[in-house]
Amino acid sequence: MWDYTNKVKELYTKPKNVGVIDDANAVGEVGSIVCGDALTLYLKIEDGIIKDAKFQTFGCGSAIASSSALTEMIIGKTVQEAEKITNREIVEYLGGLPEQKMHCSVMGREALDKALANWRGETIEESEDTEGEIVCQCFGVTDTLIRKVVRENALKTVEDITNYTKAGGACGSCLHRLEDILQEELKLQQSCDDDDRTGGKRKPLTNIRRMQMVSETITDVIRPVLQKDGGDIELVDVDGKKVLVALRGACSHCVSSNVTLKNLVEAKLREFVEEDIEVVEQ
Amino acid sequence: MDRLIYLDNNATTMVAREVVESMMPFLTDRYGNPSSMHDFGGDVEEDVEQARHRVAGLLGAEHDYEVVFTSSGTESDNFAVSGVLSYFPRKRHIITTRVEHPAVMNLCKKYERDGYRVTYVPVDREGHLDLDFLLSSVDEDTALVSVMHANNETGVIHPVEQIGAFLQERGVPFHIDGVQAAGKIPIDVKKLNCDLYTISGHKFHAMKGVGALYVRRGTRIRPILYGGHQERGRRPGTENVPGIVGMGMAAELAVKHLPDEERVRALRDRLEGEILKKFSNVSLNGAKDKRVPNTTNVGFEFIEGEAILLYLSERGIAASSGSACSSGSLEPSHVLRAMGVPFTSAHGSIRFSLSRYTTDEEIDYTLEVLPAVVEKLLEISPYWDNEKKCGREIKL
Repeated sequence: MWDYTNKVKELYTKPKNVGVIDDANAVGEVGSIVCGDALTLYLKIEDGIIKDAKFQTFGCGSAIASSSALTEMIIGKTVQEAEKITNREIVEYLGGLPEQKMHCSVMGREALDKALANWRGETIEESEDTEGEIVCQCFGVTDTLIRKVVRENALKTVEDITNYTKAGGACGSCLHRLEDILQEELKLQQSCDDDDRTGGKRKPLTNIRRMQMVSETITDVIRPVLQKDGGDIELVDVDGKKVLVALRGACSHCVSSNVTLKNLVEAKLREFVEEDIEVVEQ
Repeated sequence: MDRLIYLDNNATTMVAREVVESMMPFLTDRYGNPSSMHDFGGDVEEDVEQARHRVAGLLGAEHDYEVVFTSSGTESDNFAVSGVLSYFPRKRHIITTRVEHPAVMNLCKKYERDGYRVTYVPVDREGHLDLDFLLSSVDEDTALVSVMHANNETGVIHPVEQIGAFLQERGVPFHIDGVQAAGKIPIDVKKLNCDLYTISGHKFHAMKGVGALYVRRGTRIRPILYGGHQERGRRPGTENVPGIVGMGMAAELAVKHLPDEERVRALRDRLEGEILKKFSNVSLNGAKDKRVPNTTNVGFEFIEGEAILLYLSERGIAASSGSACSSGSLEPSHVLRAMGVPFTSAHGSIRFSLSRYTTDEEIDYTLEVLPAVVEKLLEISPYWDNEKKCGREIKL
């Protein structure tokens, strides 16, 4: 039996704001009946203020309670205020959720994102949660969502990721990808912390450190993407901020190899190592 | 209704009053060790042997010593599988089913990781085992076949008698996990032609923490625990005397009350029939016939199992679900998936399991409460709205 707080119990037995708003001007849908939980959120937004919110949930007790909590939290708030609500705050409102049920709060957050995107007139494809590559095929979870949840909740293990997003919870074939994403995020966090310690200014990299970071980024981030398409990459040399690489496999005779070089290799190195890195093909 | 309506007897059962009474002396005055030389301890051994005789009676064992007491159904399952495999180290093939209890399933997966070849026999949409598949999977390398007598989630009974007859001719050891059969249907290990048969006390009104494994005379098996001479060296450790005596009493009661199971069947059929009639978004999971009499598993569409359980629990009714959320595994029950039950209804599956203590009034009350629960959850569900828009209506 789950250890649900009294607040969760109260909200699943007597959920508030259940139903449909017929003249809603923002609707967000997440999940599916196949996954085992789904949420549709209806908002009525006037003058930038959320006047009313209602929901319909297919899901367990904590999914119902999280949905109810979300609607209570956002009614009366401005869109800007609502945008800032994290799944963590939904959990706090509920007085806590069992670890394995954290994904219920994330589902609430996702539905809110989608509803607000819908209100702004963005199509679903443009909104944040459907961006990125699908990492968990079973539950359709993207890396964008995983990274966001990892950051917002300071997650430390792959198990946490599964509890919060369901990714990796079924067939388990993406667990190694989750591990990679987690490591990347932790590394990123580490370098942010380093920045903080140096007063926000990055110390210029030493040559040896730059070489290490370039090599790591190519191995951990870039190569897996290329290999998926049958390509590969080899680091030939690092000369100051000039990185010399060789594209291999399918990439070597690909007409768009130049695009790959700039949009993937250079972009990633600039993201993870230094902003003014230049990539040249051998 | 203030009291609890317990319809989760496949999870565990109430300890029978007679069982508690039979155990009391061994929890108070008669605390001796049956292995002791003095009468104070030695006399207790007679009670243990009487319990053994009673359990042998429940199973139809020819000799009392074919019953080995253990700590649980899980231990018995592990003893049976691992004990036989370690006796035949050269044979590297196990046959089991896709709907086994985790006690067998996860053990087989462990052996698979260790390099064993494991055949998981599939089931059809109603939960019936593919018998031909099973029989044709047996080969020279097969060390053991392990099949459950009745499934814990659907109650479907497997054709163990036919499997037993086939395997006996070929000399392949056969283990039956009978945890969900004991006390619900007649068991005769001689007729089933099995070498090993697992039961668990708390599933038939004994206490938790005691089980037994029937080991047919002459079965090649090694112990999985090493220690003293208890249970003829097959299961060392000082006997759980109160538990064993209680299970003996429970076994005798089970034999005596077996005819009552027809009343349980009638109650179950009424509950199930009314549910299937009352709601248009529900279907039966598992075969209608060839089931233990106490179990029904129904799948509700558009609503989720854990939520149903929580709402029922609020109203004093205890049941169980194969939904993903209720297990914390994120995927619905492996049994329902093996049967090919659509996810939409597996997520809303509810198991009611009755016992001989279940009354007419309890079934009435459950049937009275259920519509409001289902209706409320349908009202919350986004899918039901769509269905309604498509012109579908629910009878409540």
